[in-house]
Amino acid sequence: MSPTIFLANADVRKVAILARLSMDEAGIEAARSQLSGIFTLIEEMQAVDTRGIAPMSHAQDVSQRLRADTVTETNQRELFQSIAPKYQGSPQIEAGLYLVPQVIE
Amino acid sequence: MFNSSLQQLGSALRAGQISSVELTQLYLDRIAALNPALNAYITTDAGTSLAQARAADTMLANGTAQALTGIPIAQKDIFCAKGWRTTCGSKMLENFVSPYDAHVIGQFNNAGAVNLGKTNMDEFAMGSSNETSYFGTVKNPWDQSRVPGGSSGGAAAAVAARLCAAATGTDTGGSIRQPAALCGISGLKPTYGVVSRYGMIAFASSLDQAGPMARSAEDLAMLLNAMAGFDERDSTSLQRDKEDYARDLSKPLDGLRIGLPKEFFAEGLGNDVAQTVEAAIAEYKKLGASVVEISLPNSKLSVPVYYVLAPAEASSNLSRFDGVRYGYRAPEYTDLADMYEKSRAQGFGAEVKRRIMIGTYVLSHGYYDAYYLQAQKIRRLIAQDFTEAFKQCDVIMGPTAPSTAFKLGEKGDDPVQMYLSDIYTIAVNLAGLPGMSIPCGFGANDMPVGLQIIGNYFDEARMLNAAHQYQLATDWHSRAPQGL
Repeated sequence: MSPTIFLANADVRKVAILARLSMDEAGIEAARSQLSGIFTLIEEMQAVDTRGIAPMSHAQDVSQRLRADTVTETNQRELFQSIAPKYQGSPQIEAGLYLVPQVIE
Repeated sequence: MFNSSLQQLGSALRAGQISSVELTQLYLDRIAALNPALNAYITTDAGTSLAQARAADTMLANGTAQALTGIPIAQKDIFCAKGWRTTCGSKMLENFVSPYDAHVIGQFNNAGAVNLGKTNMDEFAMGSSNETSYFGTVKNPWDQSRVPGGSSGGAAAAVAARLCAAATGTDTGGSIRQPAALCGISGLKPTYGVVSRYGMIAFASSLDQAGPMARSAEDLAMLLNAMAGFDERDSTSLQRDKEDYARDLSKPLDGLRIGLPKEFFAEGLGNDVAQTVEAAIAEYKKLGASVVEISLPNSKLSVPVYYVLAPAEASSNLSRFDGVRYGYRAPEYTDLADMYEKSRAQGFGAEVKRRIMIGTYVLSHGYYDAYYLQAQKIRRLIAQDFTEAFKQCDVIMGPTAPSTAFKLGEKGDDPVQMYLSDIYTIAVNLAGLPGMSIPCGFGANDMPVGLQIIGNYFDEARMLNAAHQYQLATDWHSRAPQGL
């Protein structure tokens, strides 16, 4: 698929869903116009011949370190759960678990 | 006292001429007086700062003090600090009190430094003017109608206005160097991997690097000595021998070869900045350096490449903010997906959402090769340009930013114009090289101009040497904004 510089509102709507960002129609139109400007800038890349060039993902070409398969962390569940978000004033924690809206009936 | 170097402050503390509690209180009073106008700090906590100062005074009294013991340092609000509200400039983390310390914070704590407060910044470090902060814009201490730069704008303003002895920043595409230039201070982004990213809230992990911001190269060297070092909790932290970044400060510059990239002095650079930077290069020649023209032919592509790679990494990193375990959760929602979408839509600001959208798009099915992979390939070309250039020179110099500080709101509606203010700094992050900015004079409207010094990998000591020798011969770095 060849990239398009000028995004359609439908593209933006799809990206907003993938990014988990709720957005109304006015927001989608504003985002479309700004993203189109940014992608026009990004499009300058397409003129470059990069055949035979290896992608560079990190500045230093180092491999991941390995470590012994032993427990190094201590359990800090209570500390970490003490900062859980609140819903209608109460922390969304129960029995050491995080509370979210029910997914499965 | 507010104009003393870190070395002088350390000596005064160790000699008992002033206590850390007294010094910290002086800064807290100055912050109370000036911060309402400048907005350089998001959070201060006098009780915690003074408790640290008392502990430092104990270390000073019992002879266990180190170089930075008792010195008040401002921490960018991107570093998690245990017990401190850590917002990253976002509504998403408005009430987040960190349960742990970032490596950088731990290093300063171990050194006995005092955490003076958390500095303002662009939201999630995404911005070049500090205008994307949820906690309001920061004013440039040299002209309060102008931006301080970003994203470490609060840190730069705090150093310039003497609201701290020194500060920390982070730099993903220029976020230490550009605000340092716009506020007339010195700032250093080390080689990628030199300072641990553990506990530093992630923006673009393959580019993010923490570094010091201060009033002189000498101070930067002292701070980097405390910040650098291997940390197993960051998978990209480099295992290297500990080094003293101040070791070469006093070396003469005879024979230093300075590379000037012709692309950095071309169209787009303000005349005032060009003239000021050229005067600085002339000063370097007087100090014994020689100059050679070099070329970084792919550097013009660094902005488009960066605006693919950084948002791609950000869209992944920021997926953790879902309203479940910490941070903002929307007050009303219908189901799980609605909770995610509303929490993120309400918790993130416009620029952060824009970059998440860019990143999500370039990583989505059908576009990955054309955008993400192509950008990674050009990233290698950009890095290779530097490798070639360093065959001809020891350091590269040029402007840090194309203009001096612009007016608040001036570039607000045009993200592309804002992105171009990092045109000279981004390539350095893509290559993973160390870069710094030091004050070298004043341009239009009497606003500070920054000289950028780019070094080869792990050449921070040589860059600091070059900067320090310039600062011995000139006094731009000791100028302070008037009327504060």
